[in-house]
Amino acid sequence: MSETATARLEPFESPLTPESWGKLGMWIFLVGDAMTFGTLLAAYGAVRFASADWPHPADVLGINMTAFMTFLLICSSVTMVKGLSAARHDDLAGFRRFIGLTILGGAIFLGLQAYEWTHLIHSGLTLSGNPWGASLFGTTFFIITGFHGMHVLGGVGYLLCILALGWNGKFNGHNYHPVEIAGLYWHFVDLVWIMVFTFVYLL
Amino acid sequence: MSEAGAAVHAEHEREGFVRHYIFSKDHKMIGRQFLFAGLVMLIVGGLLAMMIRWQLGWPETPLPITGLFSEEFWDGDSWLAQTLPYGTITSEFYNALFSMHATIMIFFVVVPIMVGAFGNFLVPIMIGARDMAFPTLNMLSFWTAVPAYILILLSFFVPGGAAAAGWTSYSPLAAVPDYLGVAGPWGVNLWCISLIILGFSSLMGSINYITTIVNMRAPGMTWFRLPLIVWAIFIVSILLLLAFPVLTAALGMLLFDRLFGTHFFLPEGGGDPLLWQHLFWFFGHPEVYILVLPAMGVTSEILPVFARKPIFGYRAMVYSMIAIAFLSWIVWGHHMFQSGMDPALGTAFTLTTMIIAVPSAIKTFNWLGTLWGGSIRFPTPMLFALGFVFLFTIGGLSGIFMASTPVDIFIHDTYYIVAHIHYVVAGIIFGIFAAIYYWFPKMFGRMLNETLGKIHFFLTFVFFNLTFFPMHFLGVGGHMRRIYNPLHYEFLEPLQGINVFISVMALCLGASQLFFLANFLWSLFFGRRASENPWQANTLEWTAPSPPPHGNFLTAPVVYRGPYEYSSPEVAEDWLPQTRRVEVASAGGHG
Repeated sequence: MSETATARLEPFESPLTPESWGKLGMWIFLVGDAMTFGTLLAAYGAVRFASADWPHPADVLGINMTAFMTFLLICSSVTMVKGLSAARHDDLAGFRRFIGLTILGGAIFLGLQAYEWTHLIHSGLTLSGNPWGASLFGTTFFIITGFHGMHVLGGVGYLLCILALGWNGKFNGHNYHPVEIAGLYWHFVDLVWIMVFTFVYLL
Repeated sequence: MSEAGAAVHAEHEREGFVRHYIFSKDHKMIGRQFLFAGLVMLIVGGLLAMMIRWQLGWPETPLPITGLFSEEFWDGDSWLAQTLPYGTITSEFYNALFSMHATIMIFFVVVPIMVGAFGNFLVPIMIGARDMAFPTLNMLSFWTAVPAYILILLSFFVPGGAAAAGWTSYSPLAAVPDYLGVAGPWGVNLWCISLIILGFSSLMGSINYITTIVNMRAPGMTWFRLPLIVWAIFIVSILLLLAFPVLTAALGMLLFDRLFGTHFFLPEGGGDPLLWQHLFWFFGHPEVYILVLPAMGVTSEILPVFARKPIFGYRAMVYSMIAIAFLSWIVWGHHMFQSGMDPALGTAFTLTTMIIAVPSAIKTFNWLGTLWGGSIRFPTPMLFALGFVFLFTIGGLSGIFMASTPVDIFIHDTYYIVAHIHYVVAGIIFGIFAAIYYWFPKMFGRMLNETLGKIHFFLTFVFFNLTFFPMHFLGVGGHMRRIYNPLHYEFLEPLQGINVFISVMALCLGASQLFFLANFLWSLFFGRRASENPWQANTLEWTAPSPPPHGNFLTAPVVYRGPYEYSSPEVAEDWLPQTRRVEVASAGGHG
């Protein structure tokens, strides 16, 4: 009896992500990362609800610009999807354009965040100080948005690598998984921002 | 297939020394690296424990090292003369001793050996894979852990000494550098940084283990044909993935409090010390099961092999591990009964803690059921596995006892707790020894010496119990945990005899480990050559050569059965490897 025939007789549980192990790996990483953000947000909730003099975020933080930043990040998720789709359909020009736009979106987001931070620091909000009340307001603001900003920065670098790798058409209908995996990370960073925006700015 | 085999050998020989032994991507070499790192730290952690016992047995008596150095040396300002003036353990150094003993044993010994070493070595080979899913990430996981090891060891030598706020680093004690009363803040700072780095290493490991087990099982290796140690590593990887980031985030906050003047855990700035306790124990209780589940897996591997019987209740073993993993998330409050907690909430935590005893008891009874009616052999790995079951039972029972809030309020922060944690966590070291004695032939291709192994077991078992059992009496007598000098308290003076007894036994326990050290080092180079399957076991690693080559198997294995079919009526031998196909001659054979 040949080996392949024997193998077929045995129950074969197919891999969860047969197309790419990296995809499962990224999902697992994101679960761990979500726990880190979850801890930060839970700690934020705990200190905020225990505080008597927590300022109303809308009075201190500029909601309008942040709403635009949120919109920008959501748009960059859309261009990420378009970039992946272009790679899958062997559309090299589309791949370059849409991944480039995604990187641009992330970069503008970072620029606006730097502007926002500078502005707030000038008006007195720092890591351990807050002229409008609880000092932990400043602490949690900078730590949570900073931790997210680091993720965006990492994502921009990651996508730049993907763009450089795929510039000459490495990614196509047969080999698009690295783009898809980078996309998973990018969408996660967007999703986390929506949480951060809701809890830190809006509520 | 033979071509592939030849290719494997060629690749093996082409690797230089550095690629083969240092920056290796082979899961078996990385496993060995974690094993050596963990064993070195086991020696360090053990020596710290010896010094703790010295101080408690003979408080403020110079260690027997004073005579080794001249009067001039002790008057000088070398590190040793400053830390241990004239060989005496100072109260500051004592705080660092017990803090670092626990930190090292938990984070740098048990997890690296169980998950890093045996998880790495066993998972791919037991599921019939050639390597891990991400070999480079695996290498990176080890080399990320190395700086964490170096920093935690270096922290002894910074001004003010190593972290001294306990392994739990409760705030505000740990959140304000001045509160510890030592000369510099870098002990606790380095402690935080080292554990944050270790968190990254652990995350990489989890990604690798989970992906490997989900995606790379050999044909026929269904979920319910997985050896229980692989199930244990799988569940532990999920727990580590979910729990360690919580600690990492909390450590980050603690570090910000210490370095940048934030007030997460400081009431004067609107923070909450209890927040640290909640975050720490939300990580810390799953961590307890992260430590114990692999030892349970090791025991479940070893008992059937040496009882020559299938494991009793394979599926119940799997489901109870899953139940333990789930329940471990909702019991953390039992560490905080004394921290100020709503009694109703305390009752809820009491209940969940008692419920977690049920799956643990299922496992214990299943081990007994496995032994029942078996033809038991007693080589060293079996002795250590049985030792683990014994110690886990005692530690588990005292756990149920103090899960009850009123009992816990009485014995909280006494030596009763110290006795409990050592029966469980130091009992896990028995699981580690069992694993080392059992898989050493596969890891290094040589057998450990049986006589030395048996001497090691009996001395360790006897002195372990004589060391840790009397601590229950100390605890009930009111002996506080983490005190520097028991003679400072009048009501503890009558108990000092027990302290002296424990210290003598602990020193003997430490000395007994020399038999292991000698056996390990001697056998590594001169031990009897191991055959492919010295224990006549069923699991896949025993079908590979000892030690297995890069790529593990010469031909890709196909799995036909579960891992524990010992004394099967289908074959003449009393073992039946997972890869062996038995032609069933007649339908009557399956009655």
